[in-house]
Amino acid sequence: MNPLTSELWSPYLVGFGIGVLVWVGFLLSNKAIGCSTAYARSFGMLEKLVGGKEVEDKPYYKKFVPKIDWEWMLVLGVVIGALISSILSGSFKVETVPQVWDRTFGSSPILRLVGAFIGGLLLGFGARMAGGCTSGHGISGTSQLSLGSWLAFIFFFVGGILTALLIYGGI
Amino acid sequence: MLEELYDEKKKQLILGFLIGVGFGFLLDKGGATDFNIIVNQLLLKDFTVLKIIFTAVITGMVGVHLIVRYMSPELQPKPFRWKPIIIGGLIFGAGFAILGLCPGTAAGAMGTGAVHAIFGVIGMLVGAGIFASVYPHMSDFMSESDKGTVTIPDLLGVNAWWIVLIFSIILAAVMYLLEIYGF
Repeated sequence: MNPLTSELWSPYLVGFGIGVLVWVGFLLSNKAIGCSTAYARSFGMLEKLVGGKEVEDKPYYKKFVPKIDWEWMLVLGVVIGALISSILSGSFKVETVPQVWDRTFGSSPILRLVGAFIGGLLLGFGARMAGGCTSGHGISGTSQLSLGSWLAFIFFFVGGILTALLIYGGI
Repeated sequence: MLEELYDEKKKQLILGFLIGVGFGFLLDKGGATDFNIIVNQLLLKDFTVLKIIFTAVITGMVGVHLIVRYMSPELQPKPFRWKPIIIGGLIFGAGFAILGLCPGTAAGAMGTGAVHAIFGVIGMLVGAGIFASVYPHMSDFMSESDKGTVTIPDLLGVNAWWIVLIFSIILAAVMYLLEIYGF
């Protein structure tokens, strides 16, 4: 079977491939793979459309200048890469309410879209407070044996497991 | 030679994009762009996501330490600030369960046609923007527990390779046990 058209690969193969991408990023770009700063920069760019240049004076945007950078391009690439993969495997599908959500909250698209927005709000805020996300801390930071990244990785999953058990687990 | 490449802004943006394409492709092939697989991981029913992360971390740890040992790049660990990491990590975790995706996999899920992921991405933009706005009022909280960049080998005063070895064995053992017990 052609691996490009198969829907799922072994998680070990996928993990190894992602690890290799971490090497490539380090070696060719001197950068650690991450995703969450792209969201802060993007919001800053949107804010600039409304508020003009002064937005760049906000202390946070002095640290993370609202412009397209390496990581922003990486996140754009993730959208395209997943699109290519799902088209090749035929798994591309317009999905509004995922199955496991439906089992708990029913099939209302509005409820799911509001839920997704709230989830995103917490993710965006929490990632910037913690200084990274599942990729920046959870894969790149842990690979560097950064103490803070291991701590973040543990608490991402502690928070995630507790919340999931609470809302989908019926306890 | 590599240092020159780091300064080539356009080439770097293309490289970032290409690495992202590979990353998104792999996330989708691993099933990590699927809400159901991620939530079932958080419900401890399906361990696909942890297997991906653990294998990526073992691979990453070995490679990154070889690269910093023999080539030009240096480690760039993020600062260790336990208060914002723990509180932010828990907030992130709650969002992780509700959206059922994280910042990287939500971008990927958008590519696979998940409409709800688009709303998650909008939420993340706003959440990050709110953080940027309240950041000046949180400077004490963000800085009081800041110990700078701390790596585990530094903290323990041992050679990094020992930690790479021990962590690799532990992560591999966890995955081996998961397989044995049918997860």
